[in-house]
Amino acid sequence: MYLITFQILLAFTACVFFMSKRHMSSFGLLIQLGLAGITGYWSVDVLIHGTVFERELLINFWGSPLEIKVDSLSAFFILVLNFTLLTGAIYSKGYLKPYINEKNHIEFGLHYFSLIWLHISMLLVCMLRDGLAFLVVWEMMSVFSFLLVIFESEKKETVKAGINFLLQMHIGFVFIMAGFILAFVQTGATFSFDGLSVYFEEHHSFPLFLLFFVGFGIKAGFIPFHTWLPLAHPAAPSHISGIMSGVIIKMGIYGILRVLTYIHTDLLGIGIFILIVSVISGLLGVMYAIVQHDLKRLLAYHSIENIGIIGIGIGIGLIGIAKDIPILAVLGFAGGILHVLNHSLFKSLLFYSAGSVYMRTHTRHLEHLGGLIKKMPKTAFLFLLGALAICGLPPFNGFISEFLIYSGLFKGLQTSSLQTNFIILGTAIGLTLIGGLAIFCFTKVFSIVFLGTPRSGSSEKAKEVDGGMILPKILAGILIVAIGIYPVFFVKMVGKVVELYVSDISLIIQSTSYMSKISYSSLVFILLITILWFIRRAQQKRVHVEHGPTWGCGYSGADPAVHQYTATSFADNYRELAPPIIKVGKHFESLKEEEIFPQPRSFKTKTVDMIEKNIFEKPIRKIINWMEKAAIFQTGNLQHYIMYAFMFMGLMFWLTIFKII
Amino acid sequence: MNTLGFVLAIVSSLLIPGIISITKAKMSGRKGPGIFQPLFDVARLIRKGSVYSSTTSVIFQIGPVIYFASIVVALLFVPFGQYKGLLSFDADFVFFAYLLGIGKFMMIISAMDTGSGFEGMGANREALYSMLVEPVFFILMGSLALLTHYSSFYDLFVHIHYDSYLTYLVAALGIYLLLQIAMVENSRLPIDDPKTHLELTMIHEVMVLDNSGFDMGLINLATGLKFALYGGLIANFIFPVEWPLYAQIVLFIMVNLLFAVAVGLLESFRARNKLAKNPKWILVLSSISLIVFLCAIEITQKLL
Repeated sequence: MYLITFQILLAFTACVFFMSKRHMSSFGLLIQLGLAGITGYWSVDVLIHGTVFERELLINFWGSPLEIKVDSLSAFFILVLNFTLLTGAIYSKGYLKPYINEKNHIEFGLHYFSLIWLHISMLLVCMLRDGLAFLVVWEMMSVFSFLLVIFESEKKETVKAGINFLLQMHIGFVFIMAGFILAFVQTGATFSFDGLSVYFEEHHSFPLFLLFFVGFGIKAGFIPFHTWLPLAHPAAPSHISGIMSGVIIKMGIYGILRVLTYIHTDLLGIGIFILIVSVISGLLGVMYAIVQHDLKRLLAYHSIENIGIIGIGIGIGLIGIAKDIPILAVLGFAGGILHVLNHSLFKSLLFYSAGSVYMRTHTRHLEHLGGLIKKMPKTAFLFLLGALAICGLPPFNGFISEFLIYSGLFKGLQTSSLQTNFIILGTAIGLTLIGGLAIFCFTKVFSIVFLGTPRSGSSEKAKEVDGGMILPKILAGILIVAIGIYPVFFVKMVGKVVELYVSDISLIIQSTSYMSKISYSSLVFILLITILWFIRRAQQKRVHVEHGPTWGCGYSGADPAVHQYTATSFADNYRELAPPIIKVGKHFESLKEEEIFPQPRSFKTKTVDMIEKNIFEKPIRKIINWMEKAAIFQTGNLQHYIMYAFMFMGLMFWLTIFKII
Repeated sequence: MNTLGFVLAIVSSLLIPGIISITKAKMSGRKGPGIFQPLFDVARLIRKGSVYSSTTSVIFQIGPVIYFASIVVALLFVPFGQYKGLLSFDADFVFFAYLLGIGKFMMIISAMDTGSGFEGMGANREALYSMLVEPVFFILMGSLALLTHYSSFYDLFVHIHYDSYLTYLVAALGIYLLLQIAMVENSRLPIDDPKTHLELTMIHEVMVLDNSGFDMGLINLATGLKFALYGGLIANFIFPVEWPLYAQIVLFIMVNLLFAVAVGLLESFRARNKLAKNPKWILVLSSISLIVFLCAIEITQKLL
C-alpha cells in the first residue's frame, strides 16, 4: 500500500508546474511530507526491528524490476535527509517570497520541481543497490541540485559556480562508475553494490576503494576535493545551501560507508588513509574559514571541517576493526555517524540564519553587518545555538559526537601498539585544535554579525524575518538541544548502524551508561545557570542600574561603528601564525610624495586558498600554457594540414620499415 | 565524602586570590592587604548597582553567569584523593575541558558585545591563546590514559604508580604544565600582567572593562575558582592514596596554599612576555607535554 502511494506521489510531482506561484511551495511541501512519511515509516521500522526492508518498485528498469532495499545505514540517512529537506522546504516559502515578482512561472516551478526530485533522488540513492540504477539516481541528484543552485541565474557568478559544481560532480561520477565497472569486469558478478563484495573478497581492496573514495569524496568535500563548496554555497539560495551542506554532501559519506560495508581486508591502510585525509580536511577547513569575509562562504569551509570530523570517526573506527580494538571501532563509528546527523542539524540552522540575515540586509559581507541582535533577536539566538553546537560545546549535540570520538581515542590509547598510539595522539591533537579554532571562528562570526554597532545602513534598517522562516530553525534547534541533553536514545539509534561494521556492539550499550551521566552533568550546568540568573535578576531589581556609552578610555567622541573591532582585525593575530597555509593578498595604493592633501583611498585584502591554488590552479595553468604552445601547428593553411597527413604517413612508413610497429 | 573535596576546593578558591596578593606584597616589600580583602571586594561588588553600555544586549548580561557556572560545574569533576568527584564518568576530562570552553565562548562574545575596540583586542587574544593551550591539556591527559589504562580523572590520578624514575618526571612535568595552564587560562604572568593598566596590551582585564556590579563580582570569584580547579588537579597528582583522610585534607590545603604562593612568587619575579611572543611561548608548553607523552610510552615499554 505504502509502496503504491510512494509511486503515485512520484507521478504527481509534475503537477507543481500547474500551481500558482504562491502555492507551489505548499504543494511541494505536501508531496515531500508524503514521501518523508512513507520512507520515514520504513526506516523507523528497520531501525527498531533491525530487519532489512526489501520491495520491488513497479517501474521496470533495463528489463528487470527495480528493487529497493533499506538496511539500518540507509534508514539512518533517510531519516536525516527527510528532516533537513522538510525544514528546507518550509524555509524556502519565506525566503523565496521576494522573488515571486522577479521570476516567471516556469523558473519558479522548475525550482520546486527540482526540490521535490532532489528529495526523491536522494531517497533512492539510499535505497537502490543496483549499480546502474544507483548511478542514474546519483546523476539525477547532481543535476537537480545544479538546477537549484542556479536559481538566481541572472547573476554571472552564480552560473559560474553552478557549472563548476556540475563539472566536479561529473568528475566524481566518472570515478564511481569506473569503480563499479572495474569490479564488474574483474569478477563477472552483478553490476551492483553486492557485486563489489565479490571483488573485495578476491582482490586487494585499497585501489578500488580509492576510486570510490575520490568519487564520493568530491561530493563530500574532503580536501583536496573541496573546491566546489566555497563557490556553490554562497551562490545558492540559502535553503539550498542549508540542504546542500546538511545532507547533499553527506551522500558522499553514505557512499563511502556503503562501500566500506563490503570491505574486510586492508582495513588498516584504508583507515589510516581516511584518517589522514580527514584530519587535514578538518584542520584546513576551519583554518580557511576563519579568514573568510563572506558569511556563507565561511560556513561552507566549516562544512569541510565537519566532514573531516566525520571522517576522523570513520577512520579510527576502521583502525579499531583492523587492530581488533572493539572499543575504538564502536566509539569511532558511532561518533562519526552521529556527527552526520548533528552536522546536518546545526549547519542547516546556521545557513537558514545566514539566509535570513542576507534577506534583511542584502549583504553577506561580514564587515557590513553588526548589531543585528537588537533587530533580529530570534535569528540571533538561533544562530548562537548553532554556533555553540558546531563548536562541540556541551550541552549541545556537537559535543556528543565529538565526545564519542574522543573517548574512543583515549580508550584506544590504553590497549594499542606504538604505531596506533602515535596515530591516535596525532588525531587527538588535530581534534582539539579543530575545536579551539572553531571557537575562535564562531566567536568572531557571531560577534561581528550580531553584536556591537551596525557597520552599514542596511544592517541598521534590518528587521526580524517572519514566523515561517523561524519555524524550521526552531525545529532544528529543538533536536540540537534534545541530542545534547538526552543523548542515550540517539546513541542507541546510531548503534544499530554501527552493527553493520562491528558485530559486538555491547560496548555501545555500555557507553550509554556514561551518556546518561553526561545528560545529568548538562542538567546540573543548566540548573546552575538558571539559579544564578534568577539571583542576578533579584539583585538587579534592588540596585540602581544605569545605561551609558561603552568605556572608550574617557574618549567618547569616536563613531562607535568605526571604533569597534572588525572581522579582519579579529582574525589578524591568528593570520600571523597561519602562513604558509594561508596567504592574504593586500591591495593598497600608497601615498604619493606630491600628494599634500590625501585623496580617499580603499584598502582590500583577499585570502587565497593555497590548496586550490597549488594543487589545481597552477598545474592547470601549466597545461593550458603547453596547449597554447601546441597551437602553433594550427596555422589555418590548408597546405600545412595536408603536409601533416603526409608526414604522418611517412612516419608510419619508416616505423614499419624498422619493424617498430 | 565526595562533597568534601568540592567544599575544600570552594574554600581554597576564596582564599587563593588573597594569598597571591599577600605573597606579591611581601615580595615587593609592601605590607599588603589582608587575606580576605579580595572577598570583601567581591561582597561589595555584589551589593553594588551596575552601569551597562547602551550598545550591549542580553549576551553581555548572561555571559558572566554562564562563565561562572561553567567553572563551578567543572569543579564538580575534580576528584579528591581516593574519592571521585561529584560527577565522574569515562573521559570526563573532555567534558571538563569543553565546559570551560563554553564559559570562555560566552565571555569572549560578551566582551565583543560592548562594541569596544579595546575589548575586541582582549577577546581576540583570549580566543587565540585558549585555542593554543587546549592541546597541552589533552596531550597530558592522553599520556596519563596511556600510563594508567584508565580514562576518567579519578582513575587517572589514583592509578599512577610511582615505580620508575620516569614516572616522577611525568608527575613533575604534569604539575608544571597544570600550573602554566592555570596561568594562561587566568591570563596571568607571563602572558599577561593583571597589574598593568594599558588597555592595548591586556587580555582578560581588558575584556571585563565594561562589567560592573554583580557581574564583576562573579568574574572575580571565577578567577579564584579557576585557580582552585588547577590547584585541585595538582593536589591529585601528589595524593598518596593510602594516607588517612585527615592527612589528605591537610595535604590538599597545603598544596593549594603552596600553589597560591607559587603563583605569587612567579608573578613577583617574572617579567611578562612581549605580546607577540605569547603564541610561541604557549607552543613550548605543547612540546613539553609531548615529552610527557614520550615518557609515558617509554614507561609502558612500547618503544623497545
